[in-house]
Amino acid sequence: MIAFSILKRLAMAAITLFGVAVIVFVLLRVVPGDPIAMMISPGASPESIAALRAQYGLDASLPMQFLVWLKAVATGDFGTSISLRRDVLGLLAERLPATLELAFAALVLAILLGGAVAVAGTLLRRTPGEPVLDTINGLFLAVPDFVWALALVLLLGVAFPVFPLSGRIDPVHQVDFATPFYLLESLLRLRFSTAADIAAHMVMPVLALGLPLAAIIARVLKGALMEAMVQDYILLARLKGMSSLRLVLQEALRNAIGPTIALTGVQFTFLIGGTVIVERIFAYPGIGNMAIDAVINRDLPLIQGLVLAFGALFILINLLVDMLVVAFNPRLRHG
Amino acid sequence: MTAPLLSIENLNAISTRENGAPILRDVSLTLERGEVLGLVGESGAGKSTIAKALLGILPRTVQVTGGAIRFEGRDLMTMPSRALRDLIGTHIALIPQDPQTALNPGRRIEAQLTDALRLRRGLSSKEARARALKLLQEVHIRDPERVLRAYPHELSGGMRQRVLIASAFALEPKLVVADEPTTALDVTVQKQILRLIRDMQRTHGTAVIFVTHDLGVVAQICDSVTLLYAGKVIEAGRTADVLTAPRHAYTKALLAAGPRYDRPDSGLEPVPPSVFEALRAEIGLG
Repeated sequence: MIAFSILKRLAMAAITLFGVAVIVFVLLRVVPGDPIAMMISPGASPESIAALRAQYGLDASLPMQFLVWLKAVATGDFGTSISLRRDVLGLLAERLPATLELAFAALVLAILLGGAVAVAGTLLRRTPGEPVLDTINGLFLAVPDFVWALALVLLLGVAFPVFPLSGRIDPVHQVDFATPFYLLESLLRLRFSTAADIAAHMVMPVLALGLPLAAIIARVLKGALMEAMVQDYILLARLKGMSSLRLVLQEALRNAIGPTIALTGVQFTFLIGGTVIVERIFAYPGIGNMAIDAVINRDLPLIQGLVLAFGALFILINLLVDMLVVAFNPRLRHG
Repeated sequence: MTAPLLSIENLNAISTRENGAPILRDVSLTLERGEVLGLVGESGAGKSTIAKALLGILPRTVQVTGGAIRFEGRDLMTMPSRALRDLIGTHIALIPQDPQTALNPGRRIEAQLTDALRLRRGLSSKEARARALKLLQEVHIRDPERVLRAYPHELSGGMRQRVLIASAFALEPKLVVADEPTTALDVTVQKQILRLIRDMQRTHGTAVIFVTHDLGVVAQICDSVTLLYAGKVIEAGRTADVLTAPRHAYTKALLAAGPRYDRPDSGLEPVPPSVFEALRAEIGLG
């Protein structure tokens, strides 16, 4: 039964990805801008333009191009980047981990910070501290990620240069990484000074990406916690002599967390979308930054590969979120 | 002679929301160890306020303006909050009104039933589980092993109320407050639950305050009864005395208003307006 529903979800995921592929493929070819014109020097002969067009398969009909591309993708060949002249899959494998490390660090920050603020707000309910916390949280809700990025650059990069302004790692540390997961790998190999340098590079982009999500989590989770705290089972647990913190964490949280998980999943996909601009601001070598270059250069194979990677990531996140929601709500577990 | 288990002395309370309208007016009552007291009254009579006051869970809109609640001689109203929490946690338990909302939907019965045992008695989870199994057998749950593993939504309303009764008696409290524990249940289940509370009370020697608006329930399980109207004690005494020879006109009218099972065709007799007028004049409601 469970195996069946997982299979069903995977089939749905494949169909969704196929849809994403179709839309991106068609859109990219309808939008004006010629990749060949970007590659070749001005004044090239029509013959050499046609030769190049044929080399990249851009002379065939649109459905034909799609089928050729799809067949290649199915066998793991995402084509060659036109602007970087490298294998798209290789580029993704190199850049995606950088973005994943950034996004997950931001997610962890948002969950810890947002969760702590929600719990603090619930403990402070009906005290003067509650409106203060709510107001500060409201301010954080109103500021988008790229504004945070620029403010952080000015504050912690320029005015008080605490953290490095750009890149992923200081060249001094650029040593023989076996995987593209630099932070994870240096932690696992106990190279703490390298890990600290990578983490320092991540601080500002992670704050920029994580703070808005933290505010959203804090708002939604606090609302749900407040609702749970007036339930009779909380009263009974209070009569047993549980502390307020224990009431919130042990009794209320598990019933309040469902909507927050669902929302965090959706918001996390927005956060990954936000990496495009934030990585650009901090010159962080992830897929978001690469996506902007790919679009500027009309690098069709790379854009297609990137969008598929983003799409697969979103689908995977949604799948995980659904599983988490069920795991936290025993009433959804059967049937 | 030792102090009674519970004595409430001239308790007064007002609502901070409705311009200080009185909620309790000089309420006094005593409860001996092992006794079952019915706290009866219509909605707004103050019976729930008394129950909440002695559980230390009065809403912020209710303010106690005078009087004392003495539990074994110690005044709960002047006790430091930490000591009050410990005293209530160990010696006073609540059987709530609605079993649908009184169990945490996200935790297994075992966790909820053993919380207090682990927290207050310091039992290991194995010992607490054994104790929980025994408690569930005591409240006549047939397959306690399954119930311990179950989540609340997998149990019927009557089963949940049994679990809550087991939970109330888990720490062998000296006083159990039953807040209309049968209102949310089917009529057939109501009788079983009443009998169960009575049985548990007798085996454990626990005193019970039974909050209800049903004089029939009082007749079935209460040793004594205190009748409230608009926050004032109208009549108090042994159940048999009050029910057979009521002194106050309001009590008489209430008894006459109940359905007569021996004469089903006689219809219901509403409390006459003149009785309410006299009652309100007596209390000073004008």
